[in-house]
Amino acid sequence: MAVESGKVTSLIVEASEYPDLVHRYHVSGVPKTIVNERIEILGARPEEDFVRTAVGATSTLAT
Amino acid sequence: MAILSQSDATKVREMLGGMSQPVRLVFFTQSLNCDTCEPTGQILNELAALSDLITLEEHNFLLERDDAAGYGIGRVPAIAVLGAEDHGIRFFGIPSGYEFMSLIDAILLVSNGDSGLAPESRALLAGLESPIALQVFVTPT
Repeated sequence: MAVESGKVTSLIVEASEYPDLVHRYHVSGVPKTIVNERIEILGARPEEDFVRTAVGATSTLAT
Repeated sequence: MAILSQSDATKVREMLGGMSQPVRLVFFTQSLNCDTCEPTGQILNELAALSDLITLEEHNFLLERDDAAGYGIGRVPAIAVLGAEDHGIRFFGIPSGYEFMSLIDAILLVSNGDSGLAPESRALLAGLESPIALQVFVTPT
């Protein structure tokens, strides 16, 4: 997604090394993706579902 | 002693043969209070040796905080994967196990400038008006 769009950034975080982030984002399983600090995507999801949820997070923010 | 086995190195070299453009790995590290910094540096050095198109730049996080901040990096070990442009792809923590494959995937994507996403996904992203910041939490196993 980050390669596709200049508006997307992607941080891959090794959870066990950063317990503060795990605590902050309530990570109890992986993979877990946090979109714009507030939307959670749990587990590995089909691509279209994942992209739709992530993009949807921005429109939710705008309203 | 090498972290990558001979057979893994051969496979990785083959995968990296799919790169078309150079990629810079900008690596921020520190020697104190960072157990995974040194092995991360070793993995990256071994990886960079497997392709002429990969350049590894090592920076001292404590001495080059401004540079780190410029890349949006506030903790170590951290790797920025940069191609002809900066797509905002960063790795935090040691890239071992599954994360190592994710790093190789990221290198290939950045090098070739093609996300490989389905047309529907590309269309959705083309219409983006606001930024999306993804933080993907993973573990090495």
